[in-house]
Amino acid sequence: MLTFEYFLQQLVTGLANGMLITLVAIGYTLVYGIVEIINFAHGDVFMLGAFSSVTTLQALGAQAVKRVANKDQSPIPETYLWLLIALVTSMVFCATLNVLIERLAYRRLRRGSRMAPLISAIGVSFILQNVGIYWKGVSPVNFPRYIPQIDLVKAMGIDSFVRVTTKDVFVLIVTVPLVIALTLFIQRTKLGKAMRATAQDRDAAQLMGIDTNRTIALTFLLGGALAGAAGLVSGLYNNTAGFQMGFSYGLNSFTAAVLGGIGNLNGAMLGGVFIGILAAMSDGYLDARWTPVVIFGTLNLVLIIRPSGILGQDLAERA
Amino acid sequence: MTASNDSSDVVLDVTGLTKRFGGLIAVDSVDFQVRRRQIVSLIGPNGAGKTTFFNMVAGQYEPSAGRVIFNGKALHGLRPHQITARGIGRTFQNIRLFTNETLLENVLVGMHSRLKSGPFASLLRLPSQRREENEAREKGMALLHLVRLDRYANEAAGNLPYGMQRRLEMARALASEPQLLLLDEPTAGMNPQETVNMIALIRRVRDAFGVAVLLIEHDMQVVMGLSERVTVLNYGQKIAEGTPLDVQRNDNVIEAYLGRRHKRPEDEAADGGTH
Amino acid sequence: MQTAPRMTPGRRAYVEVPADPQQTRNRILQAIAVAFIVAYPFLDLLFGWQALLAFIPMMLMITLALGLNIVVGYAGLLDLGYAAFYAIGAYAAAFFTSPNSPLARVLPGSPFAWMQDFWVAMIMAVLVSGFAGALLGAPTLRLRGDYLALVTLGFGEIVPRLIKNLEPWTKGVKGMNPIGRPYLFGCQFGVDPCEILGMKLKLGMIPYYYLTLVIGAISIFAIIRLRNSRLGRAWAAIRDDEIAAQGMGINPVTTKLWAFSLGASFSGATGAIFGAYLQTISPDQFEYSTSVIVLCMVILGGTGNIWGVMLGGLLIQSFDRIFAERLTGWIHKAGALTGDPTITAAFNSFDLLKSRLLVFGLCLVLIMNLRPQGILPNRKRRETALTDLPEEDLVPEESVLIAGADVPTEKPR
Repeated sequence: MLTFEYFLQQLVTGLANGMLITLVAIGYTLVYGIVEIINFAHGDVFMLGAFSSVTTLQALGAQAVKRVANKDQSPIPETYLWLLIALVTSMVFCATLNVLIERLAYRRLRRGSRMAPLISAIGVSFILQNVGIYWKGVSPVNFPRYIPQIDLVKAMGIDSFVRVTTKDVFVLIVTVPLVIALTLFIQRTKLGKAMRATAQDRDAAQLMGIDTNRTIALTFLLGGALAGAAGLVSGLYNNTAGFQMGFSYGLNSFTAAVLGGIGNLNGAMLGGVFIGILAAMSDGYLDARWTPVVIFGTLNLVLIIRPSGILGQDLAERA
Repeated sequence: MTASNDSSDVVLDVTGLTKRFGGLIAVDSVDFQVRRRQIVSLIGPNGAGKTTFFNMVAGQYEPSAGRVIFNGKALHGLRPHQITARGIGRTFQNIRLFTNETLLENVLVGMHSRLKSGPFASLLRLPSQRREENEAREKGMALLHLVRLDRYANEAAGNLPYGMQRRLEMARALASEPQLLLLDEPTAGMNPQETVNMIALIRRVRDAFGVAVLLIEHDMQVVMGLSERVTVLNYGQKIAEGTPLDVQRNDNVIEAYLGRRHKRPEDEAADGGTH
Repeated sequence: MQTAPRMTPGRRAYVEVPADPQQTRNRILQAIAVAFIVAYPFLDLLFGWQALLAFIPMMLMITLALGLNIVVGYAGLLDLGYAAFYAIGAYAAAFFTSPNSPLARVLPGSPFAWMQDFWVAMIMAVLVSGFAGALLGAPTLRLRGDYLALVTLGFGEIVPRLIKNLEPWTKGVKGMNPIGRPYLFGCQFGVDPCEILGMKLKLGMIPYYYLTLVIGAISIFAIIRLRNSRLGRAWAAIRDDEIAAQGMGINPVTTKLWAFSLGASFSGATGAIFGAYLQTISPDQFEYSTSVIVLCMVILGGTGNIWGVMLGGLLIQSFDRIFAERLTGWIHKAGALTGDPTITAAFNSFDLLKSRLLVFGLCLVLIMNLRPQGILPNRKRRETALTDLPEEDLVPEESVLIAGADVPTEKPR
């Protein structure tokens, strides 16, 4: 079992999951970079994104459900349109939700102690989990299998135990352009510039005529949108979504953000991929029940040894 | 405490003290001395490095170079709380009281390094702990009386108006039984009458407790009326030192405060035009 | 809680601290509350309230909240993994006393057999939890507040998972059971009938009630003493302004470490009693949600004020253990009263017991946004401004300085 091919297999799974983690981690890192709030509810926003995707897909695709029941794996052209609709709905839904959360639960607490927004965020996280329970129940829901699982390695005529499926590729096709688009948005556009200015010095940015409230809302909007996309993609990738996935994915992503250096966009990507691979390796070589221990152990070690993360500036010093 | 045995009566002896933040040199090899019972002012334009200098003496910042000798012992590498225990008390530029605590508790916190009772003595309320607490409270009330705040001893410090908060901060700093008191702009934001009172208070505190006082001040009335020696910093460097009178006449100082003395050509032209 | 310094006759009046007018009223209320609580088991029997079994865990949780209040309320450190210390306390006691623990194979007959005694095990639990607190705190307490919160969260997640995964020692998800019982006068708690001085008594769970009460009372007593000590003032100082506190000679790391360690040790005693009371402990009792509920209790009532914390604990626990069920019943009945089947069904789908975390979540968000100081704030803000003395009285006259000088600092030279 401990072959190189097995290792490669875990690497592929880890990479795909890592990209999903990256999408969620960016939400943490953007928000932290700009308002220094750990948006603890972000993982749950992602979970609700997955739920909204199921709802949309189910509403759109009664026909597809039939096909799934018939085990017909051939893709039908409409599905791509439906996926796009589900993606956009989920992104819009999560973006709106995240902005609402900021407005209702964090905005008043920006100036106070660091503890207050974090406690509020924990509260929001509990509320969202319960919304999830009311929406889809306690047990995980099955995601429609829209993405056929075709092993590309075999299709290319290579005989190997390593499977790189269309699903893995699908994850990359959605996540990589989103991350690139976001980076370009922040680096190239006027709004992105406003975000960077606000992150550096909120008061100075305000004096320069930047509407910081709107900029902060925009940050939550972008983070939410990415979480929405991640919700859909993770549902399609894992074929399941449950109300608790927000907490576990959220903590993985948060760990990724901290590991990379919270507040740092590149760090979130680096950390996301690292944590994805670490989790896959732990699943593969230890046991899935040890994975959370490994992840949380990593989180704590990073915080203790280098709280600023790999690429971060020394935040522990910044009072 | 061994002042009489000491050959000199220098309480604070700073040599070559330097602080760099990245490329910026905030304090540039400053030599500086304070003698016992002396009131010394540190002045200079905004950004001259005065507060940075203070923070290095108090241990808040690690100096990039140079050394601080206090009572004959180097303070190098000590944490701020250890430096307070050695006998340097301080106030802050932007008042930093414990706003939720009462006035008396604020002063008692100031005594922290002079009290000894540990958690178990407090849990069991051992006689030694009770004696210590009672004495501390009496001292605390005496200090509050000194700054005329004893009648508000049980009030939360955050409820005090500004001028009174400055006085409380002073009492709190005195509670640590300092031999050197660092006052960062003690009269900032005060009206003229409050300022006069503060000057009198500082002088009398020095007389009564025998502390040396090092203060940062912008108000020249305070500096000239109170200090025995004045040191002027500009761009991190010491540009003048001496009695208030010396410093007032010093060309470098006038230049630092008022800008260069020689006139620019257009000014001269303008002057010529009016005559 | 302010104890006025004693006035020695003949001393100057400035030593006197004005008395707190609220204190007398509080004393009376406290006396009534104490009398009720002490007599409760008999009132319960007399009136048939049947809430004793709800009260015992309730009081344990409140004691737990008091311990967390040291960390969160006094020292201002957000601890999101407090349940982990609770778990460590409960498992430590179970390890010493349970016949199923790995220690049960080693201890009997060894010179350490006395450790299997419940009371010894409880003290060990306190020590072990306190040590765990120090162990976690030592490397992490220099971290900034929100980072520290995440370290504790991570720790709080790791501990129950380790308990689950280390099955050979901890019995995993099945949990440890039975657990050694406390005893007094040769009579085991919760085992009936029980013979004391030749009398056969049926006490039920009453002994646990009083044990919990005593532990709770000791905790309150200890916490008040700590709060009003040198250490307690240092906690408050660190919480309000760490830089200023350092400037006052307070070592932030040791001060926080004491808070962490003492806070954790309170959960040790509570965990030991909780395990003995339930006779079984399993990792799912100590998860993240437990930590958050206890945190909610601390924050709702008033962070830093033990009476507030007790009130918050009482509200949350009585909601959780008594009212959630009854309120749900009432709502279902109200739905049935309308007679309309759809409304009845809608009302019936409403279950507060299932949404207890929703209620706690809402509670956290609302408190933080609307009344962050909690129901009973630590100290009241004043409405009217304080006035200073007239100008001419502000400068201390010589005599005062001399009177003051012999007290604070003047060193003999």
